[in-house]
Amino acid sequence: MSATATPLPAPPPIVTERGPSAAQWGMIAFLLSEVAFFSTLIVAYVAFMGKDIVGPTPQEALSLPLVIGTTLCLLGSSAVMHAAERALHSGRQTSFCLLWTLTIALGIIFLAGTAYEWRELIVEKHLTISRNLFGTTYYTLVGFHALHVTGGVMTMAIVLLLALRGQVSRSNATGVQLVGWYWHFVDAVWIVVFVVVYVTAKSGGL
Amino acid sequence: MLLATDVNLAHSQSIFNPASPAAHSIVSLAILVLAVSGLIFVIVEGVLLYSVWRFRADADPNAPEPPQAYGSRAIEIAWTAAPTLIVLFLVLVITRTLWEVEVDPPAPMPDDRALFVTVTGRQWWWEYTYETYDNRPLGFTTANELHIPAGEPGQSRPVYLKLVSADVCHSFWVPRLAGKMDLIPGRVNHLTLQADAPGLYLGQCAEYCGTQHAHMLLRVVVEEPAAFDRWLTEQAEPAADDPAARADRDLFLAQSCVNCHRVRGTPAVGSYAPDLTHLMSRQTLASGMIENTPENLDRWVADPQSIKPGCLMPAFGLGSEDQASIVRYLQTLH
Amino acid sequence: MAFAESTRAVGQGDTAVAHPGVATRLHAWTTTVDHKRIGILYVLMSLVFLVIGGVEALLMRWQLVVPDNQFLGPDTFNQLFTMHGTTMVFFVGMPILIGVGNYLVPLMIGARDMAFPRLNAFGFWITLFGGLLVYFSFATGGAPAIGWFAYAPLTERTFARSAATDFWALGLLISGIGTVTAAVNFVATILGMRAPGMTMRKMPFFVWTMLWTAFQMLLALPPLTAALVMILFDRQLGARFFDTSGGGSAFLWQHLFWFFGHPEVYILILPVFGIVSEVIPVFSRKVLFGYEFMAAATMAIAFISFGVWAHHMYCVGMSRTLDLFFATASLLVSIPTGIKFFNWLATMYGGRIRFASPMLFAFGFLSMFLIGGLTGIMLAAAPFDFQLSDSYFVVGHFHWVLIGGTLFGTFAGVYYWYPKVTGRMLSERLARWQFWLLYVGFFLTFGPMHVAGMLGMPRRIYTYGMDDWTVWNQISTLGALIQAPSYLILIYNLVVSLRHGKPAGDDPWDAWTLEWTTTSPPPSYNFETTPVVHSRRPLWDSKHPDDPDWLYE
Repeated sequence: MSATATPLPAPPPIVTERGPSAAQWGMIAFLLSEVAFFSTLIVAYVAFMGKDIVGPTPQEALSLPLVIGTTLCLLGSSAVMHAAERALHSGRQTSFCLLWTLTIALGIIFLAGTAYEWRELIVEKHLTISRNLFGTTYYTLVGFHALHVTGGVMTMAIVLLLALRGQVSRSNATGVQLVGWYWHFVDAVWIVVFVVVYVTAKSGGL
Repeated sequence: MLLATDVNLAHSQSIFNPASPAAHSIVSLAILVLAVSGLIFVIVEGVLLYSVWRFRADADPNAPEPPQAYGSRAIEIAWTAAPTLIVLFLVLVITRTLWEVEVDPPAPMPDDRALFVTVTGRQWWWEYTYETYDNRPLGFTTANELHIPAGEPGQSRPVYLKLVSADVCHSFWVPRLAGKMDLIPGRVNHLTLQADAPGLYLGQCAEYCGTQHAHMLLRVVVEEPAAFDRWLTEQAEPAADDPAARADRDLFLAQSCVNCHRVRGTPAVGSYAPDLTHLMSRQTLASGMIENTPENLDRWVADPQSIKPGCLMPAFGLGSEDQASIVRYLQTLH
Repeated sequence: MAFAESTRAVGQGDTAVAHPGVATRLHAWTTTVDHKRIGILYVLMSLVFLVIGGVEALLMRWQLVVPDNQFLGPDTFNQLFTMHGTTMVFFVGMPILIGVGNYLVPLMIGARDMAFPRLNAFGFWITLFGGLLVYFSFATGGAPAIGWFAYAPLTERTFARSAATDFWALGLLISGIGTVTAAVNFVATILGMRAPGMTMRKMPFFVWTMLWTAFQMLLALPPLTAALVMILFDRQLGARFFDTSGGGSAFLWQHLFWFFGHPEVYILILPVFGIVSEVIPVFSRKVLFGYEFMAAATMAIAFISFGVWAHHMYCVGMSRTLDLFFATASLLVSIPTGIKFFNWLATMYGGRIRFASPMLFAFGFLSMFLIGGLTGIMLAAAPFDFQLSDSYFVVGHFHWVLIGGTLFGTFAGVYYWYPKVTGRMLSERLARWQFWLLYVGFFLTFGPMHVAGMLGMPRRIYTYGMDDWTVWNQISTLGALIQAPSYLILIYNLVVSLRHGKPAGDDPWDAWTLEWTTTSPPPSYNFETTPVVHSRRPLWDSKHPDDPDWLYE
């Protein structure tokens, strides 16, 4: 090749892209599908609101004080979890474990509250899933939410076990972060459920 | 009679053979859309065929790569605009036709010459409750053959159907008279029919509704107003009470037929199966499946499942005398 | 290493077995987490279900060959069309495209595997398990007879007493979860694992379409899952979602099903748009024309697809205004689809078109999909649909899209990538036989259905007495008989070429995307070194260092 030949064009340098990692994208995608799932159940709940011919109605059946308490537990657990993550990032392993345990405990209290509420609904208010449309949509929506809380509690328990064995640290915190995203999402869903189910029940419909 | 004379006409269910204003509107839209699509088809398929022919590879494997064209904003905008304009045009014509075809039913009014009928879809037959005509209350129920009056020059006679379902989803479709409208349990739908000329118009259920969906046939008999008036008067009467058929009637009433069927003027008040009050005025049996002849009626009563497998009427295993007696009674129900 | 040793031990111990490697290989395939093997498993599963669904279709066509035929009874026929639709949509269409995507996405973006390999394997196995559950319904005495869109309340205990419907719902629910895991994997892989330099704007077009397909799956499948849960709760727990006698709503099911059902149609076509967008440029020897506009059009379709569902419900008595809204939204889809079509034509225009088997099928796709799109415009025109809805015209239309579009396009992909997957070329002679039998048979099967529909023939009837319809049904059946051998030829070609095909080499088509830089078949780790990318056609750049693509993009 002669020296006068034009040199081959040189490609521009590669710029490293920033953005969520594959694992983070995976969790975002999963939560997106969960949004679609819960939206469907909420749409069903709203669509059947006030269409019942037999009672009990949401207004008759639901009571606010208990659920406000469990709601505060669940919202509080999100805050505690956030503190736990910050503890992990600043290397305070023990306080991470403690705060994480508290998060789990608050989740369990929420579930216990739901169980107590359901017992009351079934035994005293005679509201079952086959009773009427309210029972059908209420148990499906709140039940699937509780199922997600249960899944979250179990996952967090696994993380706690790993942490107690010293296998969770600042350097591999992505897993903890993703569990956190899931838990915050489950809390956010509860806020919507709380408003759509409980607040409207007491304020007489949407 | 209609069954015999109008066979050729009756045997068309083509949507391109419209016999009502609504069906006509749809056909004009259809032709327009077909024309637009046809034009697009010819142009695009033409360019495709031209390209594959004109630019097919020659035999030379060492020919250089053709010039690379990465795209052109101007061209892209141009061929985004073309379909956009077509869509805009189609939306406008669709709007016009929608507003012509979908009409909310008015309330019955004095001298409106309108017929109001409630159509109930059932597995797998049709129940028609005649509500009012010319604001005259009617209130009788019949099955499987819908009789409606034909319009006369300068005087249309609209028919407003209220569509409900007693079990699953069905769809009312008589292609020559109107587009289809579903019958959905828990919902009330409306459809307007208006026939130009007397005749028999066929159709069938268009929403899958279970085993015998295929034999949930629709028959609309359009009659001259005078003939229709006579039909109305006859149908409003209670069942014929032929003294000669008393024994047969009593046998019929003693059977479980009456749990499902109704014969007005007798203690048979079942509401689950077709009303039999004027059974013999109908041209067909089994929701349009077979002609209403004495032999067919006998076969049907003996074993409906052999004719319409899966239908909800069982074979009752009557003795031959009872069977004959019941068929004799049914034949008095003119 | 422990694994390798144990496999050797098994191989040595089983000398009595004729092929000592079979058990080991079976074990390796069933426990694999390699995206390539999982992709192949998806495709094989789809082909098996394709044959099953095809046999169901042939039985139905035979029943309809003469009026009042006694070949099949109503119950059998109704079960067959339920299973045919369910099978073809859920266990052929989706898994075959997920399989192709699974195999190719990591290779095309220069990754070693999908983001979550074990989740990937899980997704495949529960998809298969879901399919088996749906077919297990036959063991209850008969498959469900509810139609693939299973309109409530036909699915309630009152009307469908046998457990078949429960198996159907459970099977779809489970395979739906599999589909969502696949979608999660695609999103994570495509957004998080592209080779250095491969920005979002430099992805191969197929990868871009898979991304948006995954997006649609994420939003469309969960509503179906929720709706199936409702069916199961109704049937098993006495809930009242669709119990119309207790205030439940038949209407709700229709909305939920079609909210899934319409995006589903685009889930079945977007990846195919991607496949032909890879095939057409390579065989026309030209770069894909208007990549950015194609990409934007894909995105537009993915979004609009969520606003058109009720065009399946024009006849439920919504209101004129809603009908108009959904008609307009549906027609809007034709704009981005048109853009795509014109860009494919522009890619071919001025090229040097080689009619090797992939291009032949891509041509089949182009010529047929156009017709399916145009009949779609007719169905979108709401008043016209009052007549056409639920008639044989609709059956003709969606088969035109799903076979003329999805299947022809997928076959183009199968012929294009088979050499990469196996290291062998498929027989071109058999490909031509398959193509022409399918092309002609397809035309004869589904063309007449449009006519029968316009003559008033509703879908899903097990028999008919109307003389007008007979001849059209007979041509249809004839077409089905012509089509049938084409599928057998494909399977024969796939099997025989595995051993006797011409060796393919790394890059038999002189193509441009990353998968052609590695060996055929690729090693389990895909690439020895992570590729670095500067343009959408990295191999063009290396084959034409004097005039690389990145100068123009």
